[in-house]
Amino acid sequence: MEIEKLKALCHLARLETSDEELKNLSQQLGQILKYFDQLQKIPTDGVEPLVTPVQIEAIYRNDEVEVELDLADVMKNAPEKVGNLFKVPPVV
Amino acid sequence: MDLLKLKISELQKNLVEKKLSSKELSEFYLKRIAEHNPKLNAVLVNNENLLQEAEASDRLRAEGKNLGALHGIPLGIKDMFCTKGLRTTAGSKILENFVAPYDATVIRNLKQAGGLVISKLNQDEFAMGSSNENSFFGAVKNPWNTEYVPGGSSGGSAAAVAAGFSTASLGTDTGGSIRQPASFCGVVGIKPTYGRISRYGIIAFASSLDQAGPITNYVEDAALMLEVMSGRDPHDATSSNLAVPTWSKNLSADMKGKRIGVLKEYMIDGMDADTSKTVQKALDALKKAGAEIVEVSVPLAPESIPVYYLIATSEASSNLARYDGVKYGYRAKFKNNTPANLDEFYSKTRGEGFGPEVKRRILIGTFCLSSGYYDAYYSKACQVRRLLTNQFTEAFKNCDAIVSANTATPAFKLGARVADPLAMYLNDILTVSTNLAGLPGMSVPFGMSGNGLPIGIQITGKHFDEQNILNVGLALENVSEVRGRRPL
Repeated sequence: MEIEKLKALCHLARLETSDEELKNLSQQLGQILKYFDQLQKIPTDGVEPLVTPVQIEAIYRNDEVEVELDLADVMKNAPEKVGNLFKVPPVV
Repeated sequence: MDLLKLKISELQKNLVEKKLSSKELSEFYLKRIAEHNPKLNAVLVNNENLLQEAEASDRLRAEGKNLGALHGIPLGIKDMFCTKGLRTTAGSKILENFVAPYDATVIRNLKQAGGLVISKLNQDEFAMGSSNENSFFGAVKNPWNTEYVPGGSSGGSAAAVAAGFSTASLGTDTGGSIRQPASFCGVVGIKPTYGRISRYGIIAFASSLDQAGPITNYVEDAALMLEVMSGRDPHDATSSNLAVPTWSKNLSADMKGKRIGVLKEYMIDGMDADTSKTVQKALDALKKAGAEIVEVSVPLAPESIPVYYLIATSEASSNLARYDGVKYGYRAKFKNNTPANLDEFYSKTRGEGFGPEVKRRILIGTFCLSSGYYDAYYSKACQVRRLLTNQFTEAFKNCDAIVSANTATPAFKLGARVADPLAMYLNDILTVSTNLAGLPGMSVPFGMSGNGLPIGIQITGKHFDEQNILNVGLALENVSEVRGRRPL
């Protein structure tokens, strides 16, 4: 895969990658995607894509508020916070 | 009393008869972890409150209260499962300091049945790997021979049970991540039908493929654990509302009238000689137990690797978008604490927080879902997935279970396959179809390789027919060459 195309992909995925990483990924992704191409020979016209492998029945519940998480426990994981708000650096 | 040889039901009997306390059992495992974990690296963190919890469990028992089948039994938990108050990392730097604010439904179910969490176990980062060499916290070693991999991604869970660090453990299986390490480490592992077990609180890798399951020393223990873990959960819309059978009470090794399928496409070229021999011996044993052996075919099985890696990476690229450094997890440092823009904030955080295999898969998935490629890649794979699933349904019209190897070879050496990602993916050729079709599958230890490594047999069943594969597993376990052997 060409480096420019790979760079665009890294941007889409919001992944910073070093030049060294890009070099390896370009070769590896090229090889892997080429391998995926073997699927193209399988006829699938009119086949409905399968997303969930077993039949599921919808689960309903009453639309009621349930308090399941302790706010203090949740906030403990914040990289930075002010009170019960997540703090982020200025970005604009 | 050799605690390592007892089944859960036998440990319970000793606990009830006061020949053993949960505290003694917990101390026994903690001592083994302290002694052997430094060379295996299976345990990431122990539950510091275990001994108090075990004492509380013993007190309840003394008062005549029995919480359930797992009352007082210490269990190791793969680090994919959220465990309230305990570090939950998914083997990643990006979650290095994450302490789960709630228990996954499976963990809650285990605790309600009296189970105790002893430790959180190492794994490939975000369960992406087949050798457990992709963990941010270092590779896990195989307890049978520390020069070899334990398999992945639930390598810590399989190694921990094999090494006697807990009575049983939990793993997750997206493309073989319970069965393959169970096979490499000589323990029992089962991935039930998609939807049997709630995924709520399990860190998501590929949502249409992920399933949790137990790793144990015995088939009976696996059946018992599965009963506790399974069932509908309002928090997971894909969890099944079918009743959970009492598999452990209905185990039978009698194979009379059973048809065992040999999948033609699973007899692959380049199969290791010891592995082939083990499969043949397993078929002979099942025949002797009364089964009829029939050949079945799933012509698309050889295409399962591209279908699987395409779908798994696509779903992963979407699931892992949540790691943005805002609410939890790793956040990159910036000069003057000021990134140039929002893109840099996300990109640097994610670029530094994810390991190489996770990045590779996010990028493959992003490509397959991107505009202009979606139909040719993702949709195409989902279409082939339906055809493959239909072929399995057809095959199961002629048999009750399919018996095969889990992998073409026993455990391989550490480092042997890390340089070539595609070669590593090809390891999974015999296990990924089960996930694509949502079928239940298990691995039971059965043979030994010439160099002293265990070899498991894979058993695949019909949707929601865990009983049949457990029964086949029991029939194999009864005559297994691995039975009674332990690495440590």
